[in-house]
Amino acid sequence: MFTLIASGEEAAPSVLAVPVDELVVGLLAFIIVFGALGWIALPKIRKALAARTDAIEGGMKRAEEAQAEAQRSRDEYQQALAAAREEAASIRTQAQADRAAIVEEARSEARAAAAAVTASAEAQMAAERSQATAQLQREIGEVAITLSSKIVGQSLSDDARVRTTVDDFLASLESLAAQREAGH
Amino acid sequence: MATNVLASVASSGGLGCHFENAGDPCGFPAPGAEIFQFESVLTFHIGAIDFHITKVSFVVILSVILVVGFFLYAFRRPRLVPKGAQNVGEVGYLFIRDGVAREIIGKEGDKFVPFLFSFFFLIWIMNFMGILPFAQIPATSIFAIPVAFALIVYLTWVPLGIYKQGGWQFFKAMMFPPGVPWPMYFLLTPIELISNLIVRPFTHAVRLFANMFAGHLLIATFSVAAYYLLSATVIGIIGSVASLGVAIALTGFEILIQALQAYIFTLLAAVYISGALHAEH
Repeated sequence: MFTLIASGEEAAPSVLAVPVDELVVGLLAFIIVFGALGWIALPKIRKALAARTDAIEGGMKRAEEAQAEAQRSRDEYQQALAAAREEAASIRTQAQADRAAIVEEARSEARAAAAAVTASAEAQMAAERSQATAQLQREIGEVAITLSSKIVGQSLSDDARVRTTVDDFLASLESLAAQREAGH
Repeated sequence: MATNVLASVASSGGLGCHFENAGDPCGFPAPGAEIFQFESVLTFHIGAIDFHITKVSFVVILSVILVVGFFLYAFRRPRLVPKGAQNVGEVGYLFIRDGVAREIIGKEGDKFVPFLFSFFFLIWIMNFMGILPFAQIPATSIFAIPVAFALIVYLTWVPLGIYKQGGWQFFKAMMFPPGVPWPMYFLLTPIELISNLIVRPFTHAVRLFANMFAGHLLIATFSVAAYYLLSATVIGIIGSVASLGVAIALTGFEILIQALQAYIFTLLAAVYISGALHAEH
């Protein structure tokens, strides 16, 4: 390209010499590179890298948010589940209590009904007994009169005296019965 | 190397000169500082400065075009999901941002990423020019280039330190390192001042320059040796092949050094900026 022949003939300048033109070339070289890279190329890549970091960190942040959301709904679900379980348990307890109450009530009703039946039966029996007693007394009186007439041989039925006697007798019988009952 | 090394061999009267030249053995035309001197192809004046356009100028221009061109292309329309050149460029960007700026400077480091990024890739490509066929001269082996870069770094961190810490505080922290018995300051203060303000930018430039200079000189020497030793004898063939092998191995080694020196220069720039931003105690 260019014919380059080292200047061997002249006294070679020291390798540590710093000619101004070479110094200026060096300064210019750096200034051009620094200007082109510092103002044009590197700001672009810096922005791109920042955008990438943002994208990655943003993605991670979004993932974290989604995870937190999932965690939150899981917690909510578990809370709801626990509440439902509790409610079910309390309903069950309530039902058991209700059942016991109902059974108890039915039992006491049945007991009351049985008692009422017993009471009415006893009342009826007492009424029939007193009725039977009254009838028996009357019949005993008639039987006694009949028997007495037969024994005396005459009719006593029309006789006012006889009737009074019988009535007295019966009254004494009644008082005797009353006394006996009172004695019991 | 091809053109200029051969040219240097020619200039020292060594072209066609071989170790066992029949009858007239000649000395080894060892390449020296002259392989870093180039004839100017164009000379012009801007103000008081004479500009000599040499091969080095073209190498610098090529480096600038490669660096700017690649990153403008790679980051022309950055995608959220990178592919191709953007992927490669991003690796470089994240390396400087996370591995240098944030690692050394800390949270404020992000502001200095373009600065450090430009240095790293420009220097790396300029170093790489040492092994690019036909270019074959690391622009950073020309002392003025690292000096220019070190000067920019120096003119960045010193005003930055004065601005951030205040003039007196900045120089006080530099001159009076804490945790030292006071009589030591008679010794330490001048040393610290010279080491920070004068030696530091100098070593910053020389470290890069000397590495690239020495590497280039080594490759050139073994390349010349491969040519010089070549002759129709067993020793000549063995010596020539061995030299060529060493030159190739050194070229591989240089690839490592080129990246490493660019990294070290950038790392030191970050360290200086960090020191300017926060006082060391």
